[in-house]
Amino acid sequence: MNATVARLTGKALFGGRRALLLLTLSVILVALAVLLRLSIGVDHQVSADFLGAVALGTMVPLFGLIVGTGVIGPEIDDGSIIYLLAKPVPRPSIVLSKLAVAVVATIVFATVPTFLAGVIMSGLSSGVALGFAVAALVASLAYSAIFLLLAVVTRHAVVYGLAYALIWESLIGGFVPGARTLSVQQWALSVAERIAEPGLVSSDVRLAVAGVLLAAVTILATWYAGQRLRVLKLAGEE
Amino acid sequence: MSTPSGGSTLAIDAVSRWFANVVAVNDVTMSIGPGITGLLGPNGAGKSTLINMLGGFLPPSAGSVTLNGATIWKNPDVYRVIGLVPEREAAYDFLTGWQFVLANAELHGLASPGDAARRALEAVEMEYAQERKVGDYSKGMRQRVKMASALVHDPGVLLLDEPFNGMDPRQRLHLMDLLRRMGAEGRTVLFSSHILEEVEQLAQHIEVMVAGRHAASGDFREIRRLMTDRPHQYVIRSDDNRALASALIADGSTAGVQMDEDAGVLRVQAVEFLRFTELLPRVADDAGIRLYEVSPSDESLESVFSYLVAN
Repeated sequence: MNATVARLTGKALFGGRRALLLLTLSVILVALAVLLRLSIGVDHQVSADFLGAVALGTMVPLFGLIVGTGVIGPEIDDGSIIYLLAKPVPRPSIVLSKLAVAVVATIVFATVPTFLAGVIMSGLSSGVALGFAVAALVASLAYSAIFLLLAVVTRHAVVYGLAYALIWESLIGGFVPGARTLSVQQWALSVAERIAEPGLVSSDVRLAVAGVLLAAVTILATWYAGQRLRVLKLAGEE
Repeated sequence: MSTPSGGSTLAIDAVSRWFANVVAVNDVTMSIGPGITGLLGPNGAGKSTLINMLGGFLPPSAGSVTLNGATIWKNPDVYRVIGLVPEREAAYDFLTGWQFVLANAELHGLASPGDAARRALEAVEMEYAQERKVGDYSKGMRQRVKMASALVHDPGVLLLDEPFNGMDPRQRLHLMDLLRRMGAEGRTVLFSSHILEEVEQLAQHIEVMVAGRHAASGDFREIRRLMTDRPHQYVIRSDDNRALASALIADGSTAGVQMDEDAGVLRVQAVEFLRFTELLPRVADDAGIRLYEVSPSDESLESVFSYLVAN
C-alpha cells in the first residue's frame, strides 16, 4: 500500500462528477426501498427479490465497473500515470492502493445503501438486509479487482465490463444455468443465501465453492494487474 | 540544489523498435553522458520512441537500453536516478502545483518530501503559483511544474521530450537557463526537439535522428558544417536568365543550371554554399544582370536531414 497513490486516486475519484452520479444512484436505491415499504409493507420475499435484482444484480456490478475502471483507467488514457510509474514504487503496491480506494468507494456507495434499503424494507430480523450487505461487499471486492485489471489490460475496459455484466451475468446467466457457476453475482448470492432466513434467497453455487472462487478471482486479478502494470507501455504519438 | 555524485551514462546499443510492421527506431547505437545532449530530428523520426525506451516505458524490440549498465525496462529502481519530463500535457489537473510536486516527492520516498518539493518549485521559479490548480496553468507554467516534479529527487539524469513545444520566447529562455544549470552541475540532460536553433543554442552535443536512423552525432559546429556543406537548390529570377545561366555554369561552385521557361526562373544546384552566395551577386553585377529573386528551394529541415542520412 502506498498512501500517496491512495490519496491521489481518492481525490481523482471523488473530486469530479463521478461521485455525484454514484451518490444519486445510491439515493435512488434507498428511495425505491422506502416506496416499496410504504406501498406493500414488510414482505421478506419482495425485499430479497428486489435487493437481488436491483442492488446485487444491477447496482453493485455497475458501481464496481465505474469505480474499478475509474481508479486507474483515466490515468492510463491521458498518460498521467507516468508520474506514478516513473517512481521507484513497486507496481503491485500501486494496484493494491488503487484497489483499496475502489473498495472503500463501493462500500460507501453500494454496500451501505444496500444495507439501508434492506433494513428499511425488512428490518434486521430476517437477515435479508445483512445477507445482501455482505453479499454486496464481497461482490464489490471481486468486481473492483476484475474491472481494475480490465482497465490495466485494455483501453476499452468499460465496454468489456458492461458486456460481462449485462450479457454474461444477466442475459446468458438467465438462460444457461451452467453460466451462473461462473458469475460473481451468483457467488455473492450464495453468501446472502447462508445469512438470510432459509428459502428467501437461492443461489446456483454452493457457499464453499463460491467463497473459493471469489477469493481466487480477487487475488488473481489483483496480482495480474500488478504484473501488467510492470510492463505497461506508454508509446509516443509517433 | 546539490550536485549529484558522479556522472550517469545512458547507453543505447544496437537498438531497434518496431510497431507491427513499422520500424520506428532502426539499429541505433549512442551513448549519452553528463552535460546537455540535444536529440534533433523531424517529427516522426523516432525521437519520442527513443525517449520512451530511455524512460522505461517501452522495451526495445532488439538491442539494449541501459543506465550505468543496468537495464532500464522493467526496472523501477532506475527512477531514483532518472527524472522524466513527459511531452504529454496531462498532469493531475485537480491538484495545486504544490500538491502535485509534493506527491511526486512522496512517491520517491524522500526523507523530507516537503523540503524537496519546496526546493524543486524554487528551482523552476513557480513558488508564486504553487497554490493554483495545475489545470489552470498556462502551457509554460505547466512545463515548469512538470520540470519541478522531475527535479524533486535531485536526479542525475533528466529526460525531456519536446520541452519547448508551445512555449513563448521568454519561457523558452527561462527553461534553457535552467537546463544549462543542470548540465553545468554534471547531470546528464537529454532533450528532444525538431528545431535546429533550439538544439544549437542549448546542447553541447547533438544526436540527429532521421526516419528511425541515427543520422549524425557531434557538437553543433560539426552538425552545422554538415548541413551547410551540402548541395543547395536555388530558384533565381532575373531580367536575363539565359545570360546568368551561362555565367554561372562557367564557375565551379555550381553543379547544374536548369532553365525553366514556363515559370520564367532559373534552377541552380550549388555545390558549395558559402562560395555560391559570394559568387552569385558578383557574376550578376559583372554581366549587368538584375536579380529579382533568389530563394533557396529546399531549406526545409527534412531535406537537410535526408541529405545527412544519404551520407
